[in-house]
Amino acid sequence: MSPFQLLLQQLANGLTLGAIYALIALGYTMVYGVIQLINFAHGEVFMIGAYAALTVMLVLSGVLTTAAAWWVLVLLCGLGAMGACAILGLFVERLAYRPIRQAPRLNALITAIGMSFFLQNAIMLLYGATDRQFPNPMPLMHWTCHGVTIHLMQLIVWVASAILMIGLQLLVMSTKLGMAMRATAQDLKACALLGIPVNRIIAITFVIGSVFAGVGGTLFGLLYGTINFHDGYLMGLKAFTAAVLGGIGNIPGAMVGGLVLGLLEGLGAGYLSAQWKNAFAFVILVILLLFKPTGLLGERVAERA
Amino acid sequence: MRATLTSPRLLPWIVGSVVALLLPLVNPNSYQLDVLTTALLYALLALGLNLIVGLTGLLHLGYAAFFAIGAYTYGLLNIHFGWPFWIGWVPSAIVAGLFGVCLGVPALRVRGDYLAIVTLGFGEIVRIAFTNLDRWTGGPNGLLGIAHPHLWIPGHGVIDFGVSSMPYYYLTCLATALVAGVCVRLSRSRVGRAWVAIREDELAASCVGIPVLQLKLLAQGCGGAIAGLAGAIFAAKQGTITPDSFDFILSVMVLAMVVLGGLGSVRGAVIGALLLGSLPELLRGFEQYRMLVFGLAMILMMRVRPQGLFGGTSRGLKIFRRFHATTS
Repeated sequence: MSPFQLLLQQLANGLTLGAIYALIALGYTMVYGVIQLINFAHGEVFMIGAYAALTVMLVLSGVLTTAAAWWVLVLLCGLGAMGACAILGLFVERLAYRPIRQAPRLNALITAIGMSFFLQNAIMLLYGATDRQFPNPMPLMHWTCHGVTIHLMQLIVWVASAILMIGLQLLVMSTKLGMAMRATAQDLKACALLGIPVNRIIAITFVIGSVFAGVGGTLFGLLYGTINFHDGYLMGLKAFTAAVLGGIGNIPGAMVGGLVLGLLEGLGAGYLSAQWKNAFAFVILVILLLFKPTGLLGERVAERA
Repeated sequence: MRATLTSPRLLPWIVGSVVALLLPLVNPNSYQLDVLTTALLYALLALGLNLIVGLTGLLHLGYAAFFAIGAYTYGLLNIHFGWPFWIGWVPSAIVAGLFGVCLGVPALRVRGDYLAIVTLGFGEIVRIAFTNLDRWTGGPNGLLGIAHPHLWIPGHGVIDFGVSSMPYYYLTCLATALVAGVCVRLSRSRVGRAWVAIREDELAASCVGIPVLQLKLLAQGCGGAIAGLAGAIFAAKQGTITPDSFDFILSVMVLAMVVLGGLGSVRGAVIGALLLGSLPELLRGFEQYRMLVFGLAMILMMRVRPQGLFGGTSRGLKIFRRFHATTS
């Protein structure tokens, strides 16, 4: 394999991981954009998405056996995870965050952290603390193009995240709901005065973010084959890094940030050191914030204490 | 400001000290003493973080890194150079404090949420560095065989703290009491008032001539040094330290303790730490449910008493500033 092919292969792998980061990062950035909350429980929502997909998979593979095509199974898993996460996001917002929206910022942060502990341990109690195998019904197809191997799974990750992100961009930029979301992010009070149902908009924001995390969880489970109840922690932190990288509160920023982070991590693991892979994300984060605190695409200047 | 022994402000401290001193004699259950020692270590950490977050208003999410640096400093000095604990904790505190200052120089260029994220990043980098620099730190297995403290007591000769609980309990009690005393004095001093001024309104503080950056660095340094001391005690008590002990969850737990106690309140930090630090252990009867209950307790606490147990009554805290006002 020539150095150039190796580079392309690392880029392909990085892009896959980056797409998943981007899906999760969108949830962080949308919630931050609307209510300036770092939703620490979002990584847990992602993890629960993976477990919901696993549950659907286990139930269906008992019922459908081999009769169904693999893509039906994968699609149903994804839908199951999306549904579960949507309900979860709705409940989390309604029960934990809405009552303290008037409260100090730090309290909201602590609540989010408490929610994260709660969800993580709830899943541990339900599914056990050990790694769970995530069966992948896909055929082991791959294409080799100029020495670069692209697996079917990677292709699905790219296509699914591209469709979702384009859909989100359309929703936010050219529907009435999207306009309300953008308005709420700019000035919540003024929106409320103008008769925009602010609470509903915030709830919808949480639901959309959670749905994306659910898809991310499904893809993550399919891609890696095992899931664990504390996968959400590191993935959540990195996705959050991605959101900051792109400029928190900025939706295209989260997409770009996720992809850039995935690529940098893939390249770093390939060329520098696989051991330090997890540190790259944070080194990038720190350096970026020190020199360009608003992120790659961000315009928001946060001076909140 | 002058406090006498009979003043009502000192009374709770005296009662607390007497109870703390007599407790092991009344109830020498070594497991419970161990739990209390852990809670007291948390109290030390909470006191340090309270200087940074509570008084100065710098939201810090990587506090466990200072704790780790203190623990590793003592561990390495002890293993390679045979430094005893009684000397070893000094460089632990100094190194962690200096790290706080050095980290502060770049980190304090950003504020608010961004500062929180930068410190979070630093905390993770330190933990990953300790995991990966295995030539010096033993990697994921950590440092093994750190000596327990020895103490010469007249009439008893030299005693080894070993693995018994009581000496560590008294050691952490002493350290917590001293640090709490220093923190109380500090918070009422010129420096402490300047910190509060920065927290309340940084611009106004700098306008009246407060050297904002230096004081922020000082807060980071003091907070770091306290965590370093706690780290040295932790390393001496455990005998073994691994990078896993210093993860993000620890930083978050300590922050939760400070918020629970009430930002800026010294006794709040101690009591918050004792409550949260012993809660997971008190719930040990439920074993696997305890972290679940812990998370739930954090959520409920924020709803029922958001200003913490001892905070928010006298001063309007900037860090307590509300979100955008919303319709309910």
